[in-house]
Amino acid sequence: MIRKLLKSLREFKKPSVKCMILVALEVVMETIIPFLTVSIIDDGIYGGNMNVILKLGLIMLGCIIVGVISGIGAGAHAANASAGLACNLRGDLYSHIQKFSFSNIDKFSSAGLVTRLTTDITNVQTAYMMSIRGALRAPLTLIFSLIMSFTISWKLALIFLAAIPVLGGGLFLLIYKARPLFTKVFKTYDNLNGVVQENVSGIRVVKSFVREEHEKSKFGKISERLYKRFTKAEGYMSLTSPLMQFVMYLCLIVVFWLGARMIVLSGNVELTTGKLTSLITYAMSILTSLMTLSMLIVMITIAQSSGKRIVEVLNEESTLLNPANPVTEVKDGSVKFDNVDFSYCGDETKLSLKQIDLEIPSGSVVGIIGGTGTGKSSLVSLIPRLYDATQGSVYVGGVNVKDYDIETLRNNVAMVLQKNELFSGTIKDNLRWGDESATDEQLIHACRLAQADEFIAALPNGYDTYIEQGGTNVSGGQKQRLCIARALLKKPKILILDDSTSAVDTKTDTLIRKAFRDEIPNTTKFIVAQRISSIEDADSIIVMDGMKIDAIGTHDQLLKTNKIYREVFESQQKGGKNNG
Amino acid sequence: MAKRYDGATVKRLLKYIVGHSKVLFIISCICILISTAASVVGMMFTQVLIDEYIAPLLLAAVPVFTELAIFLCVVGCVYLIGALSTLVYTRLMVKVSQRCLKSIRDDMFDHMQSLPIRFFDAHTHGDIMSYYTNDTDTLRQFISQALPQLFSSIVTVLGCLIVMFYYSPLLTSIVIAMTIAIVIVTKKIGGKSTAFFVKQQRSIGNINGYIEEMLNGQKVVKVFCREKKSEEVFAQKNKQLYSDSRQAHKFSNILMPILGQIGHLQYITLALVGGIMVITGFGSLTAGIVVAFLALSKSFSMPIQQISNQISMVSMALAGADRIFKLIDESPEADDGYVTLVNAKEQDGNLIECAERTGVYAWKHPHHDGTVTYTKLLGDIRMVDMDFGYVPEKTVLHGITLFAEPGQKIAFVGATGAGKTTITNLLNRFYDIADGKIRYDGININKIKKSDLRRSLGIVLQDTYLFTGTIMDNIRYGKLDATDEECIAAAKLSNADEFISRLPDGYNTMLTGAGAGLSQGQRQLLAIARAAVADPPAMILDEATSSIDTRTEKLVQSGMDKLMKGRTTFVIAHRLSTIQNSDVIMVLDHGRIIERGNHDSLIAKRGTYYQLYTGAFELE
Repeated sequence: MIRKLLKSLREFKKPSVKCMILVALEVVMETIIPFLTVSIIDDGIYGGNMNVILKLGLIMLGCIIVGVISGIGAGAHAANASAGLACNLRGDLYSHIQKFSFSNIDKFSSAGLVTRLTTDITNVQTAYMMSIRGALRAPLTLIFSLIMSFTISWKLALIFLAAIPVLGGGLFLLIYKARPLFTKVFKTYDNLNGVVQENVSGIRVVKSFVREEHEKSKFGKISERLYKRFTKAEGYMSLTSPLMQFVMYLCLIVVFWLGARMIVLSGNVELTTGKLTSLITYAMSILTSLMTLSMLIVMITIAQSSGKRIVEVLNEESTLLNPANPVTEVKDGSVKFDNVDFSYCGDETKLSLKQIDLEIPSGSVVGIIGGTGTGKSSLVSLIPRLYDATQGSVYVGGVNVKDYDIETLRNNVAMVLQKNELFSGTIKDNLRWGDESATDEQLIHACRLAQADEFIAALPNGYDTYIEQGGTNVSGGQKQRLCIARALLKKPKILILDDSTSAVDTKTDTLIRKAFRDEIPNTTKFIVAQRISSIEDADSIIVMDGMKIDAIGTHDQLLKTNKIYREVFESQQKGGKNNG
Repeated sequence: MAKRYDGATVKRLLKYIVGHSKVLFIISCICILISTAASVVGMMFTQVLIDEYIAPLLLAAVPVFTELAIFLCVVGCVYLIGALSTLVYTRLMVKVSQRCLKSIRDDMFDHMQSLPIRFFDAHTHGDIMSYYTNDTDTLRQFISQALPQLFSSIVTVLGCLIVMFYYSPLLTSIVIAMTIAIVIVTKKIGGKSTAFFVKQQRSIGNINGYIEEMLNGQKVVKVFCREKKSEEVFAQKNKQLYSDSRQAHKFSNILMPILGQIGHLQYITLALVGGIMVITGFGSLTAGIVVAFLALSKSFSMPIQQISNQISMVSMALAGADRIFKLIDESPEADDGYVTLVNAKEQDGNLIECAERTGVYAWKHPHHDGTVTYTKLLGDIRMVDMDFGYVPEKTVLHGITLFAEPGQKIAFVGATGAGKTTITNLLNRFYDIADGKIRYDGININKIKKSDLRRSLGIVLQDTYLFTGTIMDNIRYGKLDATDEECIAAAKLSNADEFISRLPDGYNTMLTGAGAGLSQGQRQLLAIARAAVADPPAMILDEATSSIDTRTEKLVQSGMDKLMKGRTTFVIAHRLSTIQNSDVIMVLDHGRIIERGNHDSLIAKRGTYYQLYTGAFELE
């Protein structure tokens, strides 16, 4: 996992390495300083020698200058390297997601992807910065301090050597215990956020049903669980600093006792008071670095789950790939389905489409009607290759859709999705998604066809009206018409409307279809609809039932031969006949 | 930065921390004090050891170590007490901080439930979520890590200062001078860092917004082959974030090494000055005192560095707390209603309140003089001369007047944006009208308690929203104490039972992501079942049947007709076929009722309704 993440380091390998080298230098300087202080204390202060103090002071000053320069350098490089890693990782992740097919997108929720691109990457960034600064610093400090202690007095240094496994073991045990608990905590945290998210999204339902108290108790339960788990996990971690203090104090007392005896018995030769004080300094830095190391491990544990989630996305292979020698031209708008089976998850026992055979000549109008979940949307989404057929093949313009360059195919097969989106920006910006270089006249023309021109013109800022994120400042029907106009600007050979006029009133709906018939007669049009009136003038109508094609024919044929179609027709006609 | 939040926010935050566990907090503070005192006193032991034990022993002919042993026993006891106090306060602080965070979270959520719909209109979901994630997270770090450390650092600094002053006022003045240098450096570098952190937060917000919008519309991006373009814009924002983040961390990273080296510089200066003083005998300093002073100065500058390092964390946490408190202070949905809805039964021609569910409801209306009257809930709804605008400058409904008699079916027809949904939003008081009156069974709805008003109105909303949980849970949302049988009966009524039983897990099918696995039609069937189980006296159906396929809709229609029987119902639908049997049809245009009547009379009138109606079948 870590290797996969570090792949995104690229040009920031250099600052990372520089940072580590400078950290090493900084650590060396920091460990030399207490060593110098031994002589300052022993020879200078106790020995009453001003020259020694001055000389060593100057050397120390040199160390300080080197130390501060390397410290600043290390810090700056660490910031650069970690921000760079985050930047590259974010970029890689984003481009990777852009390669995703519809089935990949279905697999990850968009909220999940957003978290990965934001919070998770920030966590990795922090962990990486801490690692390159601390991961080297702590063990280096430990080793250097230990070496220094040995040169001062190997006998006393043995005490530290004994203390390290005690503290290290204790810390390891605590982390070992706390780690799974933290994983649980973060899972609970996700659940809590999930509850809030649902509450906010469904606030109107909550308020309509007066379920505020119910929601509170739902939240309260999970918040209580989070509290308990957090307390437990943090409880283990809170033991680290008292443990550290116990070991440190124990060390100090042993050093005091043995050290004092050694000084006295050797007559201030084998060990001096100056050496004793610097030993104590080293003891502290040894134990502190162990502590830092353990904190680092916890940090990395927390970041680990973030890293895992990022890698999960990076490892997701796009299920749709461009062919090796793609066809880059779509000849015409004919469509053929050859014995197609389709399942969203690729599982042949859970088919969403069964044995579809179809031939649609270029330029015809095809209506598709059928009950909820009978496979209407699945059928049309195979045409622009949003998904791949599980069995059989789909042909557009006589060529298998898998042989086309995906961009070519989708530019020629415009689909207005059932769940469509507008993006923040002016109406013009949104329309130009269909054609970057479209002139204002072309925009207006497309909007006229989609019956959107009238309401746009009535807006105070017309085509320059700013659309809010998600298109919240236009009504459902207006949004649908804008989406249709946007698709029209592609000048596609095939146009698919997947229940795209459901929020548009019937009169406008009729006008849109009339405009299509008059203005773009050569475009093949697929219209998925619930209203018979939306499709009855189509060249052929497909009736879907139970993931299969139940019948194909014209309105008149189907009325005579197809039971489902007749039923639907009558249910929509009832009022009309009684009163008409 | 920090100054703006000082005072009130800090006070309030402290109240949260202390308020929920006063005793624990006080014990923790005492333990921090003891633990810190032990470590400060511990620093002095080196000097005492050297000056009072080692030095005399060195001079003694036959060194006796008993006194030293006793001294070390005392030291051991002090250390033990120190370590034990650390143990106690760290454990307690976990409890205190987690309890505080829990109560902040709970308060936030509880308060959020009482906020008006307008609040949710004005804030994006991402923005609201970040109260619970980013803001609470910074608080968590602050309370559980920074706060105890800050406290113990301050105590250490003060302790050290006192001891140092006791040893040598002159040397102490050097330490103070150095500390001033540290403060200046921290202010300079820290200020820069904070400025860039603010910039970084802004870039993060910017890129988050972009990511959210693009990923939510990712399928559209794919259909239009806009991947490249979207990557380009992203790369630009990403670059900006990189440079801000780099600067912010750079300044915060270099602070520590600089401060650390200032600490060393202080050490040399002290050694030099101290050495001179010992040698010249000025100020009668002993070598032991200088050595101890050197050690003390180290333990003095360490916490100062820690405090400096945490300043950015503190200001971030206070900014978070400030935002959280703003949410908690957000004024809740005003509810001056005092008329409540109660179960009732009729006895001797009078309405009597009762506890059990009788199917008969009454409005309980307390009066100023202490008397209480009961009005039977019938579902008689009158709107008179109602004006409304989401913003005061723009009125979207003009002079709406309508009368719905009990049990009537009132339908709204009109183009999108004509104001159909808005009218129903006013009825359940998601928003309040600007002018006019709404009476419910003769009672001004402003006098009815909002929760009771809403309980009397069943709603199937335009956007069906389902919650994570089983299908059964979702239906039960309409009536929390409904039995499984009741839920299934409701599902049968709304014809949802058919598709539910076809699912592998039936009613126990888990729904996630707002019912992502279901089709829109199926989700709406569930929403209808949810409303059906609530069994409300009046109903609002907002475009509920608009995207169910016509076959299913026929089934739904029959179920709905059963459900609507005896209830006042407001229907908003696009297809005229679903509303032809309505008692009254209102044709809306630009926020005004332009036609009203039943189907036949409207057809006879040959007006807009007639045009709409015939328009739908124009192609026949």
